Amino acid sequence: MEKQANKILARSATAGFEEKNDVLITVKPVAAGQGITVKLVSPVQRQYGKHMEKLIMETVRSAGFSDVNIEAADKSAWDYTIKARVLGALERGMKA
Amino acid sequence: MKNAVGREIPEVIPGIKNKRLYKGEFAYLPEKPGAARKIRVGIPHTNKVLASIDEAIEKTGLRDGQTISFHHHLRNGDFVMKMVVERIAAKGIKDIMIASSSLSPCHDFLIDYIKDGTITALESSGLRGDLGKYLTVNPQALKKPTIIRSHGGRARAIEAGELHIDVAFMGAPACDRFGNATGRQGKSAFGSMGYAMIDAAYADKVVLVTDNLVDGAVYPYSIPQIDVDYIVPVEAIGDPEGIASGAIRITKSPTQLLMAKYAAEIMEETGYLKQGFSLQLGSGGASLAAALFIREKMEKNDITGSFGIGGVTGVFSEMLKDGLFEVCYDAQTFDMTAVKSIAENPRHLEVSASFYANPWNASPIVNNLDVVILSATEVDLDFNVNVITDSNGVLMGASGGHSDAAAGAALSIIVVPLVRGRLPMIRDHVQNVVTPGESIDVIITDRGIAINPLRKDIMEKLKGSKLPIMTLAELQALAYEFVGKPEEVGLSQDDKDIVAVVEYRDGSILDVIRKPIAD
Amino acid sequence: MTDPKTKLRRTMMFVPGNSPKMINSADIYGADSLMFDIEDSIAVTEKDTARILVAQALKSIKFHSETVVRINHPTQTPFGMDDLKVILPSKPDLIRLPKVEDVSEVELVAKEIERVEKENGWPEGTINIISAIESVKGLYNVREICKHPRMVAIALGAEDFIANLKTQRTKTGIELYYVRSQILMAARDAEIQCMDTVFSDVKDMEGFEHEVSNSRDMGFDGKSVIHPKQITEVHRLYTPTDKQIAKALKVLDAYDDAQKNHKGVLAVDGKMIDGPIVVRAQRVVDQAIAAGVNVEEKRGLA
Repeated sequence: MEKQANKILARSATAGFEEKNDVLITVKPVAAGQGITVKLVSPVQRQYGKHMEKLIMETVRSAGFSDVNIEAADKSAWDYTIKARVLGALERGMKA
Repeated sequence: MKNAVGREIPEVIPGIKNKRLYKGEFAYLPEKPGAARKIRVGIPHTNKVLASIDEAIEKTGLRDGQTISFHHHLRNGDFVMKMVVERIAAKGIKDIMIASSSLSPCHDFLIDYIKDGTITALESSGLRGDLGKYLTVNPQALKKPTIIRSHGGRARAIEAGELHIDVAFMGAPACDRFGNATGRQGKSAFGSMGYAMIDAAYADKVVLVTDNLVDGAVYPYSIPQIDVDYIVPVEAIGDPEGIASGAIRITKSPTQLLMAKYAAEIMEETGYLKQGFSLQLGSGGASLAAALFIREKMEKNDITGSFGIGGVTGVFSEMLKDGLFEVCYDAQTFDMTAVKSIAENPRHLEVSASFYANPWNASPIVNNLDVVILSATEVDLDFNVNVITDSNGVLMGASGGHSDAAAGAALSIIVVPLVRGRLPMIRDHVQNVVTPGESIDVIITDRGIAINPLRKDIMEKLKGSKLPIMTLAELQALAYEFVGKPEEVGLSQDDKDIVAVVEYRDGSILDVIRKPIAD
Repeated sequence: MTDPKTKLRRTMMFVPGNSPKMINSADIYGADSLMFDIEDSIAVTEKDTARILVAQALKSIKFHSETVVRINHPTQTPFGMDDLKVILPSKPDLIRLPKVEDVSEVELVAKEIERVEKENGWPEGTINIISAIESVKGLYNVREICKHPRMVAIALGAEDFIANLKTQRTKTGIELYYVRSQILMAARDAEIQCMDTVFSDVKDMEGFEHEVSNSRDMGFDGKSVIHPKQITEVHRLYTPTDKQIAKALKVLDAYDDAQKNHKGVLAVDGKMIDGPIVVRAQRVVDQAIAAGVNVEEKRGLA
């Protein structure tokens, strides 16, 4: 995967829905140096919570961002959905 | 000590006297002759009808520390338990054990009476709703762990004298002044009184609570007057909506229907769908929907069945009416169509929980069963089945007739989706074992079907089948490809945190339910 | 690898591209193809996230069925080209183009596909195209559209077409008779497949059976479906019956026999058998085999 130059999120944005197998992702820019923080609420917290948090952070990092706060309201999303919604929210957060 | 399904059972479980560990489906034989029906003298021309529940509590002599029982034919519309427990508490009676054949969310009120010491122990087939959640998190709220028994196991325990009932409070939809009662008529009609029959026969004192005291004679009767001490008329014994609302509909979910279709096809390909076969279906989802596909095949191949067992819904009573089965043995009636059937169709037979599933009699009807189709909250690589706790270890289901039917049936089928939400349903080890793997022959998921390696005969019959036959390990791996392997839920290892003990049909300990460790 | 122009395509199941729940279970119903839609079933405000979701799904799930993505029109909407940018690298088997009116639209998409195939080192023909005719203009250009080398199938999109005709759907289907015939002719002329349109009343299985039987008899290779129970029905109608298979085997056996023994005219059951009948018999047997039927078991059942 290409590592792009550090991007700065222009504004807050959301993607996804609080529906079965989906996840509502909200991304917010934070002050420089604050890093990537994740707050996850999920019905499968015990079973997949750590894994999901790691996946979200990795997805944000690989997309080239470093100072973003992500809130995830999960409804049992599979990995590809989490990744897609994070990427979708980041893309929206870069739109004019 | 490890039992025969590999579960670690503590040497001593505080509050539990029974020490037998599960050794196999038919390992234990009765050692004692069993309990006797209570004998008492009925004086001629005694009026059994009392003015109130309070009077019944007084007349039965209910005291601190005794055991009361209820049946669960009123399902989630039950008013009887609340009416009785409220009055018991009002009289300041404490330390009561409730041995109900099952518990529903409408019994969540018990939490308050557990907190104030009125109720200190429970024995039931299931624990659900807020009560289930409360006990999972507060195992020490009761003085001993809840004992979970199957329907057959409860009947056995009562008849063997292991569960002694001081006073049975039985809701009766119709009852005459002598105490003959039936579930077939009345505004709260619920059909079969299968679970109530056992309590009525063996409890020291029996109180019928009815909202339909009939002036003439009640016949045919399910509970005979010879078992009844008192009758209390009330306004309503339950909410008809919660008892049996309309006819239970067959699911429209394409995934459930797919699994139902697979079930019918497995039956056909293994040769169990043959002339004169017998069948038991679960009450919802894919297990009930299988009736559609089974019926299609029966009609196509001109096959009629011998008998069905229920949990009976309208779907099955219609098949009975249309001559597809000769008779139906009904221990519990689920919807109004089936209630009508039991009242009108002489081939729809009412049976007690003992007739249905008690392993310690000459032969319960499950012993003659060809096929049963059941569901699960989870299964594991050893084919063990959980129906009582969810993947977080929370009590939310019931043992019911699951292990009874699975042990008796020649072909025991489980239908369960491979993944529910994001949770794989095939675990390495189920949270809690309710039905041991040796009772289960086939597990059907929406992505594949696994055959228990113990059944080489079934594997042989399915050679060359177009159905997606795979091993459980392969199915689990497939699930992990989709959702990854889950982390285990931590359980407290402190024996004081044992929430419930799961008894097998024969009273041996199958598993213990432990409190999950909080985050 | 199966030839994309001749693989079994009896059913193409519609999967809304913005619904993870539907995507997760799409594969269990046995459809020959799965069509993930990021066009008409997606709100304008969700086009951006739907395409990402479908691309990620294709990258992570091993679907058993052929995978198709219906993108937005590449020139009539602002979304189509972005769809291709995101979707093509996730390697669907087919791109479905809606509302195609001119072969230049197909060429535009084909060029994008070619570029991505080269960039990724994939063999040429890894991703192909199915186009939908949904307007009279498209119908008038269908012969040229079908002949484009990337095209493996042509489909009918009835809802928009009927709006264009200023009429409505009827039980007989007479309003679609001409367009169905014409796109079928164009498909056969170009030697590609032909797919019929969606039947949206899921409750009306009788009407569904009627429509599928008709288009099958006309020569259509398959149909778009929107519900799993429609899949079973289409497969049943497209699978030759035991009797048909047995009869076909009889014809083929007689033909083989005639070949071996240098007989000229041959007859089966009193009917004369010539070239086309033998070809048709072979097609019946091939269809049955593709549907998973054990044809040898059916010998002698006629």
